Amino acid sequence: MGTTTKSNTETDTPIINIKGLYKSFGKDNAILKGVNITVNKGENLVVLGKSGSGKSVTIKCMVGLVATDNGQINIFGTEITQLDEKELNQIRLRIGFLFQNSALYDSMSVRQNLVFPLKRHSKNLTEEEVDKAIKEGLENVGLADAIDKMPSELSGGMRKRIGLARTLILKPEIVLYDEPTTGLDPITSREISELIMAIQKKNKTTSVIITHDMECARLTGDRLVILKDGVIYTEGSYEVLANSEDEWVKSFFVSSCPPANKTTQ
Amino acid sequence: MLAYLRSTFNDTGSVVLFTGRFFKEAVGRPFEWNEFIKQCYATGNKSLPLVGITGFIMGLVLTIQSRPTLARFGAETMLPGMVAVSLVREVIPVVTALICAGKISSGIGAELGSMKVTEQIDAMEVSAINPYKYLVVTRIMAATLMIPLLTIFSDFVGVFGGFVGFNIHSEANLSRYFSLVLTSVDFIDMVPATIKTFFFGFAIGLIGCYKGFTAANGTASVGIAANSAVVAASFSIFIIDLLAVQLTDFLTT
Repeated sequence: MGTTTKSNTETDTPIINIKGLYKSFGKDNAILKGVNITVNKGENLVVLGKSGSGKSVTIKCMVGLVATDNGQINIFGTEITQLDEKELNQIRLRIGFLFQNSALYDSMSVRQNLVFPLKRHSKNLTEEEVDKAIKEGLENVGLADAIDKMPSELSGGMRKRIGLARTLILKPEIVLYDEPTTGLDPITSREISELIMAIQKKNKTTSVIITHDMECARLTGDRLVILKDGVIYTEGSYEVLANSEDEWVKSFFVSSCPPANKTTQ
Repeated sequence: MLAYLRSTFNDTGSVVLFTGRFFKEAVGRPFEWNEFIKQCYATGNKSLPLVGITGFIMGLVLTIQSRPTLARFGAETMLPGMVAVSLVREVIPVVTALICAGKISSGIGAELGSMKVTEQIDAMEVSAINPYKYLVVTRIMAATLMIPLLTIFSDFVGVFGGFVGFNIHSEANLSRYFSLVLTSVDFIDMVPATIKTFFFGFAIGLIGCYKGFTAANGTASVGIAANSAVVAASFSIFIIDLLAVQLTDFLTT
């Protein structure tokens, strides 16, 4: 346990520093029991764990969507648990969040989904600049021709890409991904993972990726941490954890669908 | 029993906080004018045919049903005035509000409830956009403004329905009919009846938004939000009506 590797990050300055994070829902339902996570600038951190282990709650605490019970969350050198709404919004503008089901605004077209945050926070932009930013955002995710479609007309993978384009439109320094490949077929999942990597390289963002998909974890993660019983159970690179002696850790890496044996009669 | 009381008090408390937040956010800048106008169109214009038809039928039915009683006393000329007073004072405001509780309150409850369940409200919050200001304030204000306008429109259509009903057995041209109406309906009949519709509108918007905004997770809660919004909004319309009639009675006598 506790196997750590030196991550191949640009610098080793922690941009996210979570210490002793506690959160419970109701009296007997403690989800997080002292989580400690550090993410360095430019690093891609993958958070693994069973369903209900508190992975999503952790990243929701990081943007103030869920109030913490106890602990510190320091992002960009600011303690965010102590901020009021206005100050928190200043931090939120520098963080992107890709929701599990993309959370596209149903009543708006793809263009309006992207315009909505952009126009509110970049009021000095001219119409041409807004148009250019949206076209560029959609081209980055390979869906420039979906600009006038409604979210209901899009497939799961397309919604995820548009969600990603919307997340990135404000050029965040940190991007939080809540299960980016859940519910997608293996090919689309891989495409989304590769897209995350390409965008990370292009924009030089820091990422926290929550996933069950080990292929996604392998492709995107510089470092992996595993949550168990409300605390970080272990951490390390994909290779180190994949070769772990710990049975529980190993069970994450065993393929759920082994190749079929050929039988001859 | 204790648990029921506790949840009732909890609910009441959170409705009060929700209402308090509405007033706080409504006066703060920036005001979402575009969304407000869009909501006015959605609540007002799209309810116009439904409210108009209901008003027309109420006027027509009330006239037809009141005629035999008045005819027995040879007082048929009182029919337009009597029907118009009932319509303007009570029937149209309450029926319009109930129709809108069914259409608007449930619509808002379902829309905001599904936005909550599919994390669209969270998405707004993480993009540093105040969802309360954008979604709740605009919808409550649109309902508060549109219900009185719909009621005034429906008042006219209802009186016209009365005219059609009156002409089934009697003959009166439109100007004669309206002059009979206007001798009975005073301006003072309109004022309290219209003022109370602002409160009806506020209740319709507030309850729809509260139920939607506080919906739990899961798609079942969207149905619950829509359904409980209609029930609570309809009930509160009757409570407001009861209070309004007491107050009007106290002030005018």
